[in-house]
Amino acid sequence: MATMVSTRPVIQKGAGGGPGMPGPNGNGSKRGPFREPDSRANRYRIGMWVGLASIAMMFTSLSSAYIVRSGTAADWVPLRIPRVMFLSTALILISSVTIEVARRKLKQGFTERYSRYLLLTGILGVAFLGAQIISWRQLASQGIYVATHPHSSFFYLLTGAHGVHIAGGLLALGVLWLRSRRKSGNSPGFAATRQATADAVSIYWHFMDGLWIYLFLLLILWR
Amino acid sequence: MAEHQEDVHEVHRHPAPTGFIRKYIFSIDHKVIGIQYIMLALAAVIVGMIMSLLMRLNLSWPGTSWPILETLFPTGAPGGVMTPEFYLSLVTMHGTIMVFFVLTTAPQGGFGNYFLPIQIGAEDMAFPYLNMLSFWVTLVGFIVILLAIFVEGNQSLGEAFTALGPSFAGGSGTVGPIGGWTGYAPLSTLGKIAGPGQGAGMNLWVISIAIFCVGSLLGALNFITTLLNMRTKGMSLMRMPLTCWAWFTTAVLALLSFPVLLGGGILMLLDRIAGTSFFIPSGLYVSGLLSGTNPNFPLHTGGSPILWQHLFWFFGHPEVYIAILPGMGATSHILATFARKPVFGYRAMVFAIFAIGLLGFFVWGHHMFISGMSPYSAIAFSVLTLSIGVPSAVKTFNWLGTLWGARIRFTTAMLFAIGFVSLFVAGGITGLILGQSSLDLPMHDTYIVPAHFHLVMGVASIFGMFAALYFWFPKMFGRFMNETIGRIHFWITFIGVYTIFVPMHIMGIVGMPRRYSSFTEYRFLDSLHPLVVLVSVAAIVTITVQLLFYFNVFWSIFKGKKVTNDNPWEATTLEWTTATPPPHDNFAGVLPVVYHGPYEFAVPGAPKDYIMQTDTTAEVPSGNGHNGKH
Repeated sequence: MATMVSTRPVIQKGAGGGPGMPGPNGNGSKRGPFREPDSRANRYRIGMWVGLASIAMMFTSLSSAYIVRSGTAADWVPLRIPRVMFLSTALILISSVTIEVARRKLKQGFTERYSRYLLLTGILGVAFLGAQIISWRQLASQGIYVATHPHSSFFYLLTGAHGVHIAGGLLALGVLWLRSRRKSGNSPGFAATRQATADAVSIYWHFMDGLWIYLFLLLILWR
Repeated sequence: MAEHQEDVHEVHRHPAPTGFIRKYIFSIDHKVIGIQYIMLALAAVIVGMIMSLLMRLNLSWPGTSWPILETLFPTGAPGGVMTPEFYLSLVTMHGTIMVFFVLTTAPQGGFGNYFLPIQIGAEDMAFPYLNMLSFWVTLVGFIVILLAIFVEGNQSLGEAFTALGPSFAGGSGTVGPIGGWTGYAPLSTLGKIAGPGQGAGMNLWVISIAIFCVGSLLGALNFITTLLNMRTKGMSLMRMPLTCWAWFTTAVLALLSFPVLLGGGILMLLDRIAGTSFFIPSGLYVSGLLSGTNPNFPLHTGGSPILWQHLFWFFGHPEVYIAILPGMGATSHILATFARKPVFGYRAMVFAIFAIGLLGFFVWGHHMFISGMSPYSAIAFSVLTLSIGVPSAVKTFNWLGTLWGARIRFTTAMLFAIGFVSLFVAGGITGLILGQSSLDLPMHDTYIVPAHFHLVMGVASIFGMFAALYFWFPKMFGRFMNETIGRIHFWITFIGVYTIFVPMHIMGIVGMPRRYSSFTEYRFLDSLHPLVVLVSVAAIVTITVQLLFYFNVFWSIFKGKKVTNDNPWEATTLEWTTATPPPHDNFAGVLPVVYHGPYEFAVPGAPKDYIMQTDTTAEVPSGNGHNGKH
């Protein structure tokens, strides 16, 4: 994607705020022109927040179903949450720290360390998924499956849905990591875009961390 | 013209594609994607329309043999006579296809995709690849729902699906699942044992909707980001055309409501395939089987069918606004253009759109008054529902205010826009009746409900789309649609839809239940039969006239009167400043700069009766105070 012929339109020069004209932003506008690279790169952050709103709504719907189902049913059997989940919780908490370090290293210009912390985050993410799968297998070995009782259904559903989102995040981390190792980017928009994508992925990762804490507490406490 | 092209790195900009496939099939150009969405809707609406035609035939002439049906669906229509199950699957598929693949795709994905970036002065959507992906995901959803027709309608194909598991078996002679577009649990969660269409058809239905949700979410994300991030210089929020506000609000609704349906769909799929009991209650007795006594019907306990209704309608009510808000935006836009007057109360219109969108999230319970609901909740939902009448009335009166005293140019687009206002009022007024729990209790599940929602959400949205297509066609294809055919199309459709849906109100008040395949066994409804026949005849005429519309579209693309001027309607917004049809990056390398509000028509002292948003010569700074400055 690096060698792109840029045909992007450019704001007409000298337009705006002529004599007697209502300038688009007035003189000395605080917002500045719209199409600066920083502003353009901002789309990744905006898009990520917008996307997270929809992910939040999906988990809201699932957890409201969880709460309704737990309240109406006589067949509710609380599950013993596998111990290994505490390990996975610790892993994802640490990974949130490492991705934040990565993001800041990039901001300070330490691209090597940025790359290394991305890799570390990715490893922690894979370990998290591994721990989740181990906990699934532990339950399965006790004979507890998706359809065993409502709490187990929700357990597999919520951890599974969260795991799918983590897998998506790992994919994004992988792309960032591969790109961080590539030496390119002399154009002025490159740094802004790279920072914005790194920010967007880290926002996502923190959100998934927080979401996991929420789901974990829901599964442990609301039963 | 563009001296600063080299120094700005762009991730997403590409040169205009040259190959046919990259240009027209897997295109990342929002204009091509918009047209693809419109074409998808034009294809889907044919399927939906044929299904409604078949339903009307069966309602007014029950027991008649239609030989072609026997050829196509030997089990669903033995001897060419539709079985009740066949009819019910028509109801389901008609509703699903129309709501999802017509009313949600064309107004938002179609026109929104094409014109939102141009109207805010952007060169494309924020994420062009995501945009392409959202269309293709939606198309896959459509193909999956069409599969349901064949898998359920064709015996051998349906049996082939049995290999995937007992709940996948099809071939029950219907054209898809039975359950209405709402797919109420527990019927929809039990699988093959619950009856015809509940196997493969219902699985494909749930999967199709889940896929559609994903496509819509990607689209909504793109719309919101584009609007927030890509507005050109001078395009402040309060200088945006009302169409953009409508598409933006619609995108917000889609973003927050589709995930809830997706969550519900996942739960339903788990109930159907994994044997869970989210929606299936204890002690269910279906088709002569008790839950847990038969290997085909494993034990289910404790699920809540009402939970599905809550999840569905939490999505379902915003969904009806997703269908109609873009029509409202287009109507406001077109009314102002052809009335040659500013939109009356621009700010009020913006706030009304947002109020409708916001309130739309708190009224889902009015679909469930008879599902067993605390009277206190019912009152709360009633009051909130009726309060939507306030912003709706603001919009209606502002449309009338826009038309008041205007020298109206009666183009076909304008006729459809005025028709939209008429239908919105006519259909919306029964919303105030059905929204009250006391009145809804007797009227629920009678014909007044289909009459209400077809007028206000179905036909009104379609009129908004017709208006938009007649209005923007010259910009999209460089040719006009034929106005004479357009007028014929408008008048017959307009009179036709009223002839179809007004009698349905009467049927509903008399007590004719909806979703019945025929009424031959209900003596108290016999006197209504002439009305049923009248509705069917009107439906046949109205559907036939749509062929004229299709002819007009495809004939005009190639042979229509050529556009000689980039702004044939003398409109003010940015899409009319650029070439016709717009170039790959919309503005040929130079983004416009906006100096004016969107609807500066008939500004006193201005040289012409309209001031384009990019006009730098007009001395009058702001005609009507809605350019964000006072």
